[in-house]
Amino acid sequence: MRVSVRAPLRSQRQKAQAREALLAYVLLAPALLLFLAFTVFPIGFGLYISLHNWRLGPREFLGLGNYARALAFGSEFWPSLGATLTYSLLAVPIQISIALTLAYLLFQKIRGRALFRVVMFLPWVTSTVATSAVWARLYSPDIGLINSVLKSLGLAPLRWLLEDKGVFTLIATGLGISLPDWLRGPSLAMVSVVIYTTWVFVGYNMTLFLAGLGNIPSEMYEAARIDGADGWQLFRHITWPLLSPTTFFVVLITVIGTMKAFNHIWVMTQGENGTQTASILIYRQFYEFQRAGYASALALLLSLAILLVTIVQNRVAASRVHY
Amino acid sequence: MAKTTGLPLAEARRRSAPRGALNQVNALIYLVLIVVGIISVIPFIWMLLTSIKDYGDVMSLRFWPWPPLGNSTPRFDNFAEAIRLIGVDRDTGLPMFFRHVLNTLLVTGIVVASSVATSVLAAYAFAQLQFPAKDVLFILVLATFMIPEELVLVPRAVMMNKNYLNWYNTIPAMVAPFLADAFGIFLIRQFFLQVPRELYDAARIDGAGHLRYLAMIMVPLAKPAIVTLALLEFIWTWNEFRWIQLVTASSNMRTVSVGLVGFLQTDGGSQTQLAMAVAVMVVLPIIILYLFTQRYFTEGITTTGLKG
Repeated sequence: MRVSVRAPLRSQRQKAQAREALLAYVLLAPALLLFLAFTVFPIGFGLYISLHNWRLGPREFLGLGNYARALAFGSEFWPSLGATLTYSLLAVPIQISIALTLAYLLFQKIRGRALFRVVMFLPWVTSTVATSAVWARLYSPDIGLINSVLKSLGLAPLRWLLEDKGVFTLIATGLGISLPDWLRGPSLAMVSVVIYTTWVFVGYNMTLFLAGLGNIPSEMYEAARIDGADGWQLFRHITWPLLSPTTFFVVLITVIGTMKAFNHIWVMTQGENGTQTASILIYRQFYEFQRAGYASALALLLSLAILLVTIVQNRVAASRVHY
Repeated sequence: MAKTTGLPLAEARRRSAPRGALNQVNALIYLVLIVVGIISVIPFIWMLLTSIKDYGDVMSLRFWPWPPLGNSTPRFDNFAEAIRLIGVDRDTGLPMFFRHVLNTLLVTGIVVASSVATSVLAAYAFAQLQFPAKDVLFILVLATFMIPEELVLVPRAVMMNKNYLNWYNTIPAMVAPFLADAFGIFLIRQFFLQVPRELYDAARIDGAGHLRYLAMIMVPLAKPAIVTLALLEFIWTWNEFRWIQLVTASSNMRTVSVGLVGFLQTDGGSQTQLAMAVAVMVVLPIIILYLFTQRYFTEGITTTGLKG
C-alpha cells in the first residue's frame, strides 16, 4: 500500500517540477533568443569576419592577416590604443575626484540638496550628440563662449578642439620654454574632450557616491568622534575605507566607459587632433572604408584590452577594497 | 583633491569653532555647489539663447542681444527655418524633421515595450522559479551585459545587409539589438527578489498560478522598477546614434539624434543658431520628461548601480 501511495505522489511532484521548468524556459525564451541572435552569434560571426578581407565585393580568407596588419609596427591601431589610454587616464581620476568631492559636499547638511542633485545629473540624461554639438560651439575659437570668457579675463584665446599641440608644449611655449617632442603631453583637443566628459558624467558618478555614503552607518562616525578623531581622520579612516566598494565600482564602470567612448568624440572632432581612440578607428574603418574584416579584428583587440584592464582592476581591488 | 581633504577639516571645525568660522565654511560649500550647478546648466542655457538669436548676434558673441541689454528681437522663426532646411519627406509630404520625430517615437516605443516585457518575464523566471541550468543561463545573461558594444557592432551591421537578414535601412534593423536588455533583467529581478515568498504561497491557496501571480501581484508591486526601466530605455533609445547611423541609408529612416548630426554637417555647420534650434528640439522633450520623473532615475541607478 505504502509504495502505491508514494509513487503517484512522487511522480506528481516531478510533474509539477517539470511544469515549472517548462514555464521558466518559456518566460526566458524571448530574452535569451534575442541575446543569442544579436549578441552571442555576432561574437562568433565577428571572429569569422575578422579572418577575411571582408568588403562589399567577394571576400578572401586571410587567416590572421587583419590582426597582423593591426599589430604591425607603425599601424594606426597603436596610436589609437594610446589615445584610448590617454583619454582613460585623464578622464577617470578627474571625474572620480570631482564626483567624490561633490558627493561629500552634498552629503553635509545642505539646503537645496535635491535641486543640486537634479541639476548636476541633467547632462547625463540628455543626448550626448546634442550636448557635444553645443560644446563644440562653446569651444569654437571664433564664436565660442569659452574663448570670449578668456578674452574678457585678459587671457589668450585657445583653439581647443582644433588644437593638436600637446598641452605641456602649449604651457611651455606660453612660458617661453621649448620642450622636447616626447614631453608634449595629450593634445589640447583631447583635454577638451575630457572636460566635456567630466561635465557629462560627474553628476552620474556623484549619485553613485551619494548612495555609497548613505550606506555608511552613522554610529561609526559617532564612535570615532568620541575617540577624538578630527575631520580628516574621519574621512581617512572611516569614509574612505567603507566607501571603497562604491569607489571600486565607479572606477570600473568609468574606465570601461572611457574605453568605449564614441558619440561625443565623433561629433566634436571626428577623431582629429590626437583624439582618434580605438572605438573611433573601428567605426571609421567600417563606416568610411567598409573594411568589415579589419574593423572586426580591431574590435576584438580592443575588447581584449578592456578585458585585461578589468582583470588587473579586479586584482588590485581584491587587495585594496574592504567589503 | 584639496577640496576633499578640506571638507572633513571643516567638519571638525564645526564642532569647536565659533559661529563665524562655521558660516564661512558653509558659505564655501554653497559657493562650490552653486558654481558647479551653473556649469551644469550653462551649456543648456547657451543652447536655448543661441537658438533664438540672429546670425549677426551669434557671430558678434553677444550672450544676451535682446532688451534691456541690446535691441535685437528674439527670432523664434529659427525653428521653422531649421525645419525647412532639413527638407521634405517625399513619402509623406511632411517636413523631414517630423519624419525623424515619428521614426524616433516608433523605434523608442518598440524598444521600451519589448525590453520591458522580455525583462519582466525573464526576471520572474530567475527570481521565482526553479529549473535546470538556471545558474548557467543567468551567467550567460550576465556575460551579455559585460560585452563591449564594439565587439558586436560590425558583425551585427553585416547581419543586416542583403546577404543575410536583409533588414538594412528598416525599422527591424534599428531596434534589433535593443529588444532585450540584460540590465533590465537585473533591475526587475532585484525588485522581485525583495517580494516575500509568503505572498506567492497565499496567492496559490487562492488558486492563482504563476502567470496570474506575476500579472496581478508582482508587476503592480514592481511598478517603480518597471517605470524606471521604461524611462531609461526611452532616453537611451532616443539618444542612440551610432547604431542607427550604421544601419540606415536614407534620411527618411533616421531618428532625431542621427538627423541632428546630419544637419550639423550641412546647413547647421555654418548657421550655429539653426544647429542649436535643432538641438533644442532634440533635447527639450528629454529634459521635460526627466524633470517630471527624476526620482525614478536616481533610484534606478543607485539600486542596480549599473550602466555608464
